[in-house]
Amino acid sequence: MTIGLTHYLVLSAVLFCIGLYGALTRRNAVIILMCIEIMLNAVNISLVAFSSYVVPMLLTGQVFAIFVMVVAAAEVAVGLAIIFAIFRHFTDIDVNNIHLMKW
Amino acid sequence: MGLAAAFWIMAVVMVASALAVLFLRNVFRAALALILCFIAVAGIYITLSADFLAAVQILVYVGAISVLIILAIMMTREVQQGNPVNKLEIPAAVVAVVLLGIMVYAVTNTPWSISAQAPLSPTTVPLATRLFSEHGFILPVEIGATLLLAAILGAIVITREK
Repeated sequence: MTIGLTHYLVLSAVLFCIGLYGALTRRNAVIILMCIEIMLNAVNISLVAFSSYVVPMLLTGQVFAIFVMVVAAAEVAVGLAIIFAIFRHFTDIDVNNIHLMKW
Repeated sequence: MGLAAAFWIMAVVMVASALAVLFLRNVFRAALALILCFIAVAGIYITLSADFLAAVQILVYVGAISVLIILAIMMTREVQQGNPVNKLEIPAAVVAVVLLGIMVYAVTNTPWSISAQAPLSPTTVPLATRLFSEHGFILPVEIGATLLLAAILGAIVITREK
């Protein structure tokens, strides 16, 4: 059985759902950020798979994956800075205990 | 045949290490599993003949982002506290499984228009041409640079001691 586009898309869907489950259920804020990174990687896999199977001469999917990486790098820098600030304020990063904006 | 073997090895390593990120009790070991997952994703890029993206994946994710995450774990001293879950475990599992089922159904039942051409290889020069040529993506590249600068400044301002 040769490897086709469907294999890569199913793999990407599996990885995305693992990341989604983790981001919804974990209480450690750093683990939540790690799960968001897993989800972004899953999206990148499907973009690159589309790029090399559907439009192999245009490379637009790979260009888009590069921009996703740029935004992911910015997101993780700002996200970890926010986690540092929260930790300094509460000495805790359990997201169940950070409910200042919850009415 | 070699490509199929590489794909299956990378896929198994990737899914197993992503599950390890979720279910390891020690947060530091979860970060190490996340690095393994990123390396497997780089291998998947190589099987898709996206060599430049594989190198960028190693540089940015394995090199930079994982170091940032490990730094955050060390700074917040949560290693011994473990990896607790909230009350949403069962609904979130249902949501994730249903979403996975919908996506697999949609992917397997869509007639994709697969191109007969072999993908470009190596991709570095064509990617640079796409990004920086006159009718390419030069404006998004500049916006990306501005976004990174803003993110650096924002991170410094947020973490600065008063």
